[in-house]
Amino acid sequence: MSWWAIVVLAAGAFGCKWFGVAVLGRLGRPGAMAGGRLDWFPPMVALIPPALFAALIAVQTFDTDGALGIDARAAGVAAGAFAVWRRAPFLLVVVLAMTVTAVIRWQT
Amino acid sequence: MVPHRREGLLLAIAVGVVGLTFGVLADAAGLELAQIVVMSTLVFTGASQFAAVSVVDGGGSGGAAVGSAMLLAARNALYGPVVARLLPSSRVPRMVGTHLTIDETAAMASVQHDDVRAADAFWWTGLWLWSLWNAGSIAGALIGAVIGDPETWGLDAAFPAAFVALLAPHVRSSPGRVAALVGAALAVVTVPIAPAGVPLLVAAIAVVPAFVWSRRGAGA
Repeated sequence: MSWWAIVVLAAGAFGCKWFGVAVLGRLGRPGAMAGGRLDWFPPMVALIPPALFAALIAVQTFDTDGALGIDARAAGVAAGAFAVWRRAPFLLVVVLAMTVTAVIRWQT
Repeated sequence: MVPHRREGLLLAIAVGVVGLTFGVLADAAGLELAQIVVMSTLVFTGASQFAAVSVVDGGGSGGAAVGSAMLLAARNALYGPVVARLLPSSRVPRMVGTHLTIDETAAMASVQHDDVRAADAFWWTGLWLWSLWNAGSIAGALIGAVIGDPETWGLDAAFPAAFVALLAPHVRSSPGRVAALVGAALAVVTVPIAPAGVPLLVAAIAVVPAFVWSRRGAGA
């Protein structure tokens, strides 16, 4: 991989983050525009985490090289979700999901 | 240790192990150690780095590698408005915070009850993640595949499960549930038809129906 590709990637990756914080972040400040024309923006920003984290969970659980599939991961994540529902501590959620996934892989 | 710092450290340990596999893969794809270090310190977006290195390993061009990686890096822009008010206003610390704005830091910050704790969670998670991701990358490149395939012990299930825990506080409100359900559905239908990274961007559209839902009956 050439150095220029790495430099472009580093600049691009930072550029995305910068755009989010500096440009979109400014729109999200209360009273960013006179007359309240952007008042809808902050409540929408508050909905970004649930939308993206749910999507992230779905992708990381079911995406198998660009196709959808159900494998040992799904069982592990389901076990983790059950632990979350039962208000288990964070460490237990993660360890349970890993253990269920590992055991199913080892058995099959 | 306060719970959110401990949770951030736990995430960072898992990320550090993934960093090991990144180092191994990058080394196998022919990257120099210096390139691996620069990537992990300055790109600092795990999924993008894996994408770039996989393209190169498969014989793809540098341009193709950057293209695939950027699709995965683009979603970090969406976390900007979520964390912007938590970052210091002075220039350099704000830039450092911007650099640390990724899935895990945005998630840890977003589940705290107040901004002070959210900022603390953001910084501790970010600095731990950055340190262990880099330590892992370097160790992987130097030592090689000592740990074998981490999927054998289910590491790939650790991240979605951790995010279930981080999603939970957001779905206590009904607009949050709408955002989560629509976001997950959009991502799932997009996975087979679009390159990696795009499903997350498409999922962001879910904030619109969720917002409309939150305003139902409000007369606005």
